[in-house]
Amino acid sequence: MRFHFKTGYDHDIDLFPDWHKRGLYLALLAVMVALPWVLDSFYLSEVTNVLIWAVAGLGLMLLTGQTGQVSLGHSAFMALGCYSCILLMEAGWPFLLAFVAGGIITGLIGALIAIPALKLHGVYLAIATLALAILADDIIVILSTWTGGVNGKFAPEIVILGAEVNRWVNPEYWYWLALATAVTVTALYRNLLRSPLGRAFAAVRDSEVSAQAMGVDVARTKTMAFGLSCAFAGLGGALMGLFAGIVNNETFNFLIAIQLLLMIVIGGLGFIHGAFLGAIVVAFLPQGLSIATDLLGRNTIPGLEAGVFGLILIAFIIFEPMGLYGRWLKIRIWLELFPFARRDMFRRQKSYLKTERLR
Amino acid sequence: MEVLQLLLSGLANGCVYGLVALGFVLIYKATEAVNFAQGDFMMLGAFVMVGLVNPHYLGINFWLAVPLAIGIMGALGWLLDVGIMRHMFGQNQTALVILTIALGFVIRFVTGVIWGHEPVNLHSPLALGDLRWGGVVLSMAEMAVIVVTLILTLLLWQFFQRTKAGLAMQAASQNQMAAYYMGIPVKRVQGAIWALAAAVACVAGILYASKGSLDISAGFIGIKAFAAAVIGGFGSLPGALMGGLIVGVIEPFAARYLPAGYSQIAPYALLILVLIFRPHGLFAQVRTKKV
Repeated sequence: MRFHFKTGYDHDIDLFPDWHKRGLYLALLAVMVALPWVLDSFYLSEVTNVLIWAVAGLGLMLLTGQTGQVSLGHSAFMALGCYSCILLMEAGWPFLLAFVAGGIITGLIGALIAIPALKLHGVYLAIATLALAILADDIIVILSTWTGGVNGKFAPEIVILGAEVNRWVNPEYWYWLALATAVTVTALYRNLLRSPLGRAFAAVRDSEVSAQAMGVDVARTKTMAFGLSCAFAGLGGALMGLFAGIVNNETFNFLIAIQLLLMIVIGGLGFIHGAFLGAIVVAFLPQGLSIATDLLGRNTIPGLEAGVFGLILIAFIIFEPMGLYGRWLKIRIWLELFPFARRDMFRRQKSYLKTERLR
Repeated sequence: MEVLQLLLSGLANGCVYGLVALGFVLIYKATEAVNFAQGDFMMLGAFVMVGLVNPHYLGINFWLAVPLAIGIMGALGWLLDVGIMRHMFGQNQTALVILTIALGFVIRFVTGVIWGHEPVNLHSPLALGDLRWGGVVLSMAEMAVIVVTLILTLLLWQFFQRTKAGLAMQAASQNQMAAYYMGIPVKRVQGAIWALAAAVACVAGILYASKGSLDISAGFIGIKAFAAAVIGGFGSLPGALMGGLIVGVIEPFAARYLPAGYSQIAPYALLILVLIFRPHGLFAQVRTKKV
């Protein structure tokens, strides 16, 4: 176990507590950058997929894990980010500018939508956002002059600083693009957490009433959380749509939003690592299942993926509510404390529910 | 005449939404949880009925199979509570939302494995015959849906208002610890309410399957039932039925009078409007929490 001797207040908000940690993450980054020389193009595109899901997952994590608001409608914002990015590119904007602008537009619209949604809490917010996700599908069809509706829209060619990025021609460029986005978003997220706004997010999550008592403007904080979360989701959506090559109203249906939520729960709510671990599960589960059914010599079973996903999720919520990353933390603490770790150290506190209804 | 016809068919549809919404409200009222799998419960109940009645499967008499199916679903609801929901006792709503969504996935998968993915028809004696007055046609099944829904809502509503068990259920949700002190077996009450909600879902499923063909995606009408429950104010049983009827009636009218593409939007747009202007539904029950 490592003890940190703090000699200044700045140490409290350092990105990494010591050089050991920093070195670990730098090494991880180096490995990730070098991955195209190790993996073949199939696995590289799988890893790209993981990174794209992780970007969108970080967006939802900011809202659900950090601020405590459940959204089942992030697919709508992913679609918004994707379509605005594509439309801006078609209008002649360079990719990078259109990509960032797509995220910003999504964030602004998300913040606008958040203003009425703020009045809702808990389950009502979840249902309102679910309705939003379902509406997005129909709205895309109605706006078919811009969005291409049911027929869909082909993703325009991505050119960054003169270099063409094509999934089939040079998958490593696509991979680096996704990696750069994921790293940037993670850095933004991490920095946000140590800012006053990030602290306010956590305060609102843990108790709205006490946050208010401490002088946090709850409405403003929630709006900011929603806007930023939507911006990240928009970036993830833009990448997802461009990576798929063609987008229509079905690409971002509400099941994507549900999957996103389930993903961050499996990964571990409230942890950056959780978004990445969850993305790994979501992206590799279909592959793993198809390999498993092949081994068992069975034909593909329709709906198996969703069913297994649901079972995994139920198991996690009951046995490990902190997700994969929470489990890893527990294992690490157990190893660090070995032979002194005790079983009841992580016992869930017994709690009782009280309603806010009057009748 | 056309308006009346649209209204009547809308009412019949709305009653099914109302019944599913009733299930949401039951569980919400008694456990403060929202069961996102209620639509899938309905679908499963309908398939259990198909499995009992259709000659391809067991081929039991319809009227014998109805209580049997309701009993099976009720037992299943109770088992789900004992096996899964009870582990979440006292935890926050978010975890339960996610848990029930996952449960819906699993139910859909299991149903698909057992009964297949093809649409099936329930051999229902309700499906025969139409009632006609002038130009208005109402099938027997639709008539049965409306009657059964009204009776069931009335019964459940009175159950919650009048009986000791109903009041115990409400108390158990409002403050679990205080309910314990008052001698209410909170966990057993919650098991009972899950069984009841599953049984109501089964009734909804039987009625739904009598009206037309049935497949696995039938569970998605749960989302429309959500709109109904929210419009009604989540926590009020007659409110849920009202919400269901509103959603059900809006749909055929929107399909008739709005341009194509806009009609599916109508229920959800209404839901969002209600949430913006009356955040806790038309029959609100929530006030700001005081410290």
